[in-house]
Amino acid sequence: MMTVVSQKLLAPKIYELVLQGELVNEMKEPGQFLHIRVKRQDLLLRRPISLADINPQEKTCTLIYRVEGQGTLDMSELKSGDLLDVMGPLGHGFPVADITPADHVLIVGGGIGVPPLYALSKAITAKGANVHHVLGFASKEVIFYEEAFKALGEVSISTDDGSYGTKGHVGTILDQLVTKDFQPTAVYACGASGMLRRIDQQFHDHPRAYMSLEERMACGTGACYACVCHLQQDETKTKSKRVCKDGPVFQTGEVVI
Amino acid sequence: MTNRLAIQLPGLNLKNPIIPASGCFGFGEEYAEYYDISQLGAIMAKATTLEPRFGNPVPRVAETPNGMLNAIGLQNPGLEVVLKEKLPALEKYDVPIIANVAGSTTEDYVAVCEKIGDAPNVHAIELNISCPNVKTGGIAFGTDPEVAYELTKAVKQVAKVPVYVKLSPNVTDIVPIAKAIEAGGADGLTMINTLLGMRIDLKTRQPILANQTGGLSGPAIKPVAIRLIHQVSQAVNLPIIGMGGVYTVDDVLEMFMAGASAVAVGTANFTDPYICPKLIHDLPKRMDELGIESLEQLITEVKESRLHG
Repeated sequence: MMTVVSQKLLAPKIYELVLQGELVNEMKEPGQFLHIRVKRQDLLLRRPISLADINPQEKTCTLIYRVEGQGTLDMSELKSGDLLDVMGPLGHGFPVADITPADHVLIVGGGIGVPPLYALSKAITAKGANVHHVLGFASKEVIFYEEAFKALGEVSISTDDGSYGTKGHVGTILDQLVTKDFQPTAVYACGASGMLRRIDQQFHDHPRAYMSLEERMACGTGACYACVCHLQQDETKTKSKRVCKDGPVFQTGEVVI
Repeated sequence: MTNRLAIQLPGLNLKNPIIPASGCFGFGEEYAEYYDISQLGAIMAKATTLEPRFGNPVPRVAETPNGMLNAIGLQNPGLEVVLKEKLPALEKYDVPIIANVAGSTTEDYVAVCEKIGDAPNVHAIELNISCPNVKTGGIAFGTDPEVAYELTKAVKQVAKVPVYVKLSPNVTDIVPIAKAIEAGGADGLTMINTLLGMRIDLKTRQPILANQTGGLSGPAIKPVAIRLIHQVSQAVNLPIIGMGGVYTVDDVLEMFMAGASAVAVGTANFTDPYICPKLIHDLPKRMDELGIESLEQLITEVKESRLHG
């Protein structure tokens, strides 16, 4: 069980939820997620939400989610002091152990895939590396955490409708940014599957390029095989990886998106 | 003192009646990270087919009121890997395994049933003739009494451990099928598999599941399970492992009163990974409140009340 510290509307339908509890002691890897039982008892399945920030001193963590259906609508009604049934942290997060101050890191996020990249960027910048963030959103009104990311490194923003930053998707920025003058030594991405496919192609053979995937889940433990994906190097097409247990973070060139 | 939760069934010495249902518990290794799975009465392992299967495309699950739809499609690494890796990994636990066997043809079923009993911890087979999520085999064997009879008979000839046949609720009349399976020589029944259902995404106007249809499970189907177990337990003389929406100790006892001799827990594992040990722990207290001395005695009383009722 964790206790709700605060809940804030960041943008239309996008909420920032801060939780407190002993479970924070186990939250070490950015990119891991919590599996949350909402209050409504008739909703049986837990909701997987990635960790956007971890504060071990305060024993708090931050989740940022978008109201998409009944479960997240129920979550949006949580108030300070409410108790929440939380499993986790689950899955394998972004590897950052080998990051050094010599690294030039590219972080690419899209929409509601942006939240786990904040905890990631904090972990990477804490190791002294340079980070350039490329973040894509649908429009100006749904942008969140721009200032928070700017405090960690450079930020380039694209919007689908051109209402802020570069018009188009993050690929438009990446085309200009990633040149022979800037070759990132590590790449991390989280967002919609179209964006991830683009990252997977562009950095297919990069030794340190990682992506976090999203899929409909049930158990969150790896037992039910609801959230599987094919492997790129599997001619039999019978092997799989589970997003909840083997992921959600995979190396580029590893799984079929 | 005797264990009031213990139950004897063909091939199975259950220390308690709580069994994670097939497909909801993998091959046990994932939940073994959460608690000591030796506590469980038994484990119904994930369906095993002769060849490895990937299963259906995603999305494979969708939520429904008090339930969920799944269309995993019998994903499994195939008999060879199950025998070499998955079942041996469970040998260190003191818990009998019920191996769930599926296939596309009679030959497939027979081949898997013949070999899977070689694993020392497999104490029984659950013959899966009721999976609604595969195009060939599965439910096709469980909806026609004649076909169910022939398959049960063929499997019984080669199986080295007792065979329990898993029934589908997706039939007009379940009784002739249950009777045919009894005549085919089955040692028990497990029921019910999921109910075929569908959900549509209002934005895309298409089914949410890539397979279009899926199996409905969870508390929403419990009354259907109770009704069918009640019906079948009066028509055949086989022990029944009951399942379908069990979430609470009251659900467990309701299954017994419907005619079940043990209970499998499926979807509830997804809501609460600790549900099985919690049910085992809480059961004696609820039995005290209801004046139930032991589960074996409850099974006898339910049978006798039927005879004299």
